[in-house]
Amino acid sequence: MLGKTAGGLFWMFRYLERAENTARMIDAGLRISLTRSSAAESEWTSILSSTGLSAAYKAAHGAPDGPKVIDFLLRDPNNPGSILTGIEAARMNARVVRTALTREVWEAVNECYMVLKRLLAQQIEDRDLPRVLQVIRQRSAFVRGALHGTMVRNDIFNFARIGTFYERADNTARILDQKYYILLPSVRLVGSPSDNVQWDTILRATSTTRAYQTLHDGDVDPKAIAQFLILDGRLPRSLAFCYSKIGDNLGYLEKEYGAHQPSHALVDSVCAKFKAHDMNAIFDYGLHEFITDFLRDSAALGRQIEIDYRFSE
Amino acid sequence: MAKKPTYFDEMFGHGTDARAPYADYCDWFLNEDTRRLLAKSEEAEALFRLIGVTFNVYGDPDATERLIPFDLVPRIIAAREWAKVAKGIEQRVRAINAFLHDIYHRQEIVRAGRLPAEMIARNDAFLPEMIGVTPPGDIYTHIVGTDLVRTGDDEFFVLEDNARTPSGVSYMLENRETMLHMFPELFSKIKVQSVNQYPRSLRKSLSGCAPDACSGRPTLAVLTPGIHNSAYYEHAFLADQMSAELVEGHDLRVVDGRVAMRTTRGYKPIDVLYRRVDDEYLDPLNFNPDSMLGVPGIMDVYRAGGITIANAPGTGIADDKAIYSYMPDIVEFYTGEKAILKNVPTHRCSEPEALKYVLDNLADLVVKEVHGSGGYGMLVGPAASKKEIADFRTKLEATPDNYIAQPTLALSTVPILTDAGLAPRHVDLRPFVLVSPDRIDITPGGLTRVALTEGSLVVNSSQGGGTKDTWILEE
Repeated sequence: MLGKTAGGLFWMFRYLERAENTARMIDAGLRISLTRSSAAESEWTSILSSTGLSAAYKAAHGAPDGPKVIDFLLRDPNNPGSILTGIEAARMNARVVRTALTREVWEAVNECYMVLKRLLAQQIEDRDLPRVLQVIRQRSAFVRGALHGTMVRNDIFNFARIGTFYERADNTARILDQKYYILLPSVRLVGSPSDNVQWDTILRATSTTRAYQTLHDGDVDPKAIAQFLILDGRLPRSLAFCYSKIGDNLGYLEKEYGAHQPSHALVDSVCAKFKAHDMNAIFDYGLHEFITDFLRDSAALGRQIEIDYRFSE
Repeated sequence: MAKKPTYFDEMFGHGTDARAPYADYCDWFLNEDTRRLLAKSEEAEALFRLIGVTFNVYGDPDATERLIPFDLVPRIIAAREWAKVAKGIEQRVRAINAFLHDIYHRQEIVRAGRLPAEMIARNDAFLPEMIGVTPPGDIYTHIVGTDLVRTGDDEFFVLEDNARTPSGVSYMLENRETMLHMFPELFSKIKVQSVNQYPRSLRKSLSGCAPDACSGRPTLAVLTPGIHNSAYYEHAFLADQMSAELVEGHDLRVVDGRVAMRTTRGYKPIDVLYRRVDDEYLDPLNFNPDSMLGVPGIMDVYRAGGITIANAPGTGIADDKAIYSYMPDIVEFYTGEKAILKNVPTHRCSEPEALKYVLDNLADLVVKEVHGSGGYGMLVGPAASKKEIADFRTKLEATPDNYIAQPTLALSTVPILTDAGLAPRHVDLRPFVLVSPDRIDITPGGLTRVALTEGSLVVNSSQGGGTKDTWILEE
């Protein structure tokens, strides 16, 4: 396979995953602004930070304001992180790697683009927003479904999956990076209603509310939330789950290509940290420091994968 | 007021009854509801949009990806009619390959006085870098698209020999797929020769021209200028169908005397490169130094026999519009036979007498740039305004060598489906020819392009043309 193709697949699925995650965050932000308008501004600020778009937003619009932030994240063509530009980039990459995709996967991503381009042609009114966010999640799921249902399990599939899990872990970590302080053990003692809402937002932004409640008998506890999003191997958005999947896929590549790459060693060392530490140990080390380390490792891994598999010259 | 010309209609001839090849189709059509067919038309468009069978229009920033309109009334040709056309194409393509070998070696045709030396020496399409180079298998034009027009029951003319990088074959294949998808009942009723073997034949044909440096099963790749190229869809389509890699210049470099592509496991040599990049962009070291689309040093590898480039560099000299006028001589010189397919009578404006005739008759002629393509920069006299003719006259007088002129042919028509039912529109035909050392393979049919505007003779997709499925009936 061409290195460029591997890179195109990796980025195609990163962009799709990112667009889906941004939709989740808008959903969480919307919920806060509907239920607790006083907390809305700080919530939008935090969402912009987790998407890494604070500076770009500020330059264009100044102070965070719900409708403006939503429009910026949904459809601003000048915002490289907006859902629309992300889907456009995913499709652009899909065109580059078209020969590696089944017709079903190509059509799913092409239709995703066509539908969203039409849907996001105008500013979305509040009342239409939930439906629009649903369409985004649904279209993204169609692509995933076509991928799983029609693609041969070879290196092409592996690079697609690595892109998905890499981006997903990165997104979960960025949300935790913004919210770590409300998950600290000391906060539990405070136990104000505001924190309950914040906890709810974290779960909502990762679409894990229901899963969390099922597994924890509805008991909302910040340490359990942190444990759930970082270490729980059953949750498809947890850091441990995503990295174990990245490791699996790098393992398949190793088997197919016959070479153990430095990126695989990097993933192994991150996975070893998840295995060796429970939440108490992570809190002792410092939750914020742990997340910061993870984001640093994540950036290094992204660079290393690109080198190991010759995405570019 | 000029007399309204009567055109040969391929469905109805000059009368009102269906010609024999269309008899079964017309029976079917008469029992169909036009509204249902119009709905099918929309279905086809949505399908093309979804598959992404699109092209980019140069210089049109608003429409980066457009569909070529597809008309669902097929163009039907009888086996007997096709057999003669195919024979003529084969003869012509054979002659073109022999011609290319000759002009890059001893130039016997010039020595024999059948072609003026300046037609080669002063021609930009002649590539000095190819002098003395014999490509693997001695094949220059692996893929040819011979543009034909029809004017009567048995009258076919060659309009152009596309010997560089002819495009459109993906439309031929997708059009057929779409027709099979929408009208399966028609294909069980009417026996049509299949076209879907083309990608396999292409792979086989290219593999048959692998260079000496190739050991084992040849590695093929398609070189595209990238996703912004107007024919990108086709490049991806062909690579996919042939199970070849789709590469761009930045995926390639010369490694150990071979052109190699950067894979996830390191550099892998390519044996046959089906390039869809023009000669001048192929190698910044040997041609245009600013090109980002090619591979530095590929020409040196090529000359040393390390790679097959299809089509060979320098084949443009054979489809040059000034050379075109010599094609009947060229065919005769290399095959010893009279050309089976006719050439359109061509006035070379570089010759003073011809220029005078052309200037006196601009309103009746089609005038083309010698090196132009895609229907750009041409004058269609009968359809042009007085001002357009006057403007063109100025250009022509300034650089007459740049132009040739031809009479406007009474191009045949084939009906298209409109809201008001069937309506005749002018068509041409581009059959696709594959050349390998042991055989010449012509896919039955080709791409029918149709001028969708009533009365228009310009079928180019960049100028509002559409396409049709082309049926060659079984014997």
